[in-house]
Amino acid sequence: MTKEEAFRKKVMKVYRAIALLFGLFIITGAGLVYYTINPGFFNFKSDSENVVAVVEEVDEDRIENGIHVRTGLLDAEGLMTVVNNCTFCHSSKLITQNRMNTERWNATIKWMQETQNLWDLGKNQEVIVNYLVTNYPPQKKGRRMVLNNIDWYELEN
Amino acid sequence: MKRSEFIKKTTLGSFAAIIGTELVFGSKILKGYTPLAMQEPDPFKLFNKNPEMVVLNDKPWNIEAQAHLLDDKITPNSCMFIRNNGLIPEDIDPKTWMLTIDGESVIKEKTYTLAELKSKFKHHTYQLTIECGGNGRNEFDPPAKGNQWTVGGVHCASWTGVRLRDVLENAGIKTNAVYIGYHAADLHLSRDPNKEPISRGCPLEKALQDETILAFQMNGEDIPLAHGYPLRLVAGGWPASVSGKWLNRISIRNKVHDGEKMTGSSYRVPCKPIAPGDKVKDEDMCIIESMPVKSLITYPKTGAIISKGKALNIRGHAWAGELEVVKMEYSIDFGSTWTTCPVEKPANRLAWQHFNASINFPKEGYYEIWARATNTNGIAQPMLLPGWNPKGYLNNACHRIAIKVK
Repeated sequence: MTKEEAFRKKVMKVYRAIALLFGLFIITGAGLVYYTINPGFFNFKSDSENVVAVVEEVDEDRIENGIHVRTGLLDAEGLMTVVNNCTFCHSSKLITQNRMNTERWNATIKWMQETQNLWDLGKNQEVIVNYLVTNYPPQKKGRRMVLNNIDWYELEN
Repeated sequence: MKRSEFIKKTTLGSFAAIIGTELVFGSKILKGYTPLAMQEPDPFKLFNKNPEMVVLNDKPWNIEAQAHLLDDKITPNSCMFIRNNGLIPEDIDPKTWMLTIDGESVIKEKTYTLAELKSKFKHHTYQLTIECGGNGRNEFDPPAKGNQWTVGGVHCASWTGVRLRDVLENAGIKTNAVYIGYHAADLHLSRDPNKEPISRGCPLEKALQDETILAFQMNGEDIPLAHGYPLRLVAGGWPASVSGKWLNRISIRNKVHDGEKMTGSSYRVPCKPIAPGDKVKDEDMCIIESMPVKSLITYPKTGAIISKGKALNIRGHAWAGELEVVKMEYSIDFGSTWTTCPVEKPANRLAWQHFNASINFPKEGYYEIWARATNTNGIAQPMLLPGWNPKGYLNNACHRIAIKVK
């Protein structure tokens, strides 16, 4: 055995030892991470209840009778832009309750950007505001509305 | 499977997969916080509400009553409106809950556990009227921005707690104190932990009133979660937003509190009257203090068809912010004539007052019963909408119900 060969063998031994250590380290690390997420894994008593997560295959953006089912918003040009930008933080109910013109919607968007962490909407802002003023225009109410939608019922007086 | 167990066994990543959207600030979500989409989907079960309550908004929760649901003299939880600005805190532990008194004008910053608050200070119970500043917003024209409350954003429950004055004085109030501001445990809608959903307050004078309390009980039980468990500031007669829920800190300020929703146009109206739709600069908006005089017909429910020749008994409540209602009237001819009817004295200051009347109708047909209260200063409710304001606050126009006589 030449001197060089002996040296090569030693290097290989060291290399294998390091590789083994590294492998063990990875396995232990993975085990620890798994344990952090599932602290109950090493409790070998089985839980009384089984965890079954059934995720149904339904189109979450399906439209029925012209209404986007998940949000209740009207199906019209710009719908998904509104859904994706305007229903993350607050409910779509806050949108459909409010009737504003272009100027006031733009001012409201500016307020949300300045104070409520709303992101820059870019070109989508025009799409969103057009959708809102077209589908949810302000209604005239005057100084006092007529009482409507009354559920009439008989009352023994 | 229990929700809590399910939560334990999933991770934020799988939340995102189920909800179908990425969680912004996911890494900053408070430990133990359950995203809204995972919560009990039925708010009526979740909050023990009457099924006739109306959900205005589900993120954040805003739920109002209808007039006929408010018939009780002391409003039960089932019919109390919910107005949340942020997300309800979870995993509240009353054993470790702390209230800190701090601010520029506190003599010595102090922290109290709930047990200390309950044992150190005398308990008081008051019936207190709390009305949302935006109650009646839906009637403003041009429409005002926000949740479109109709008439059900008001209640009068019985609250038990300690006087805020006693606690503030225990910590010590410097002579330069002018205002208090609260801070609470609810989470901002954007889930940004550095933002507060709401942090309002009131002038020191209101904070020191006998009836301004730090409540830990409502109607004789622990305060329901949606109404501020385990600790709520209750300041009757002022916009409900002053009565902060889930309180963990009160700052004694040497200036008007500048927390979230104290500034800009929030809970403010134009200092000088404006025409409907006019723009107002922020500096020309003034903070709402006492709520105006108002009343509600709670019986019968609107839409009653009654027989001719028999009297109809009506009843309801009237309140006047910081003041008292001294006169109650009704009209069945759209205000051409008004008839005075009895109104009881309040159970205590700032409690709503009960009225009743027995009405005879002259002939068959369609009628509206309009109710009008007058306060100690001689100020009555308007029949038309009061002054327009950008956020649609303070609509105290007369309440009315429809009746048919046949």
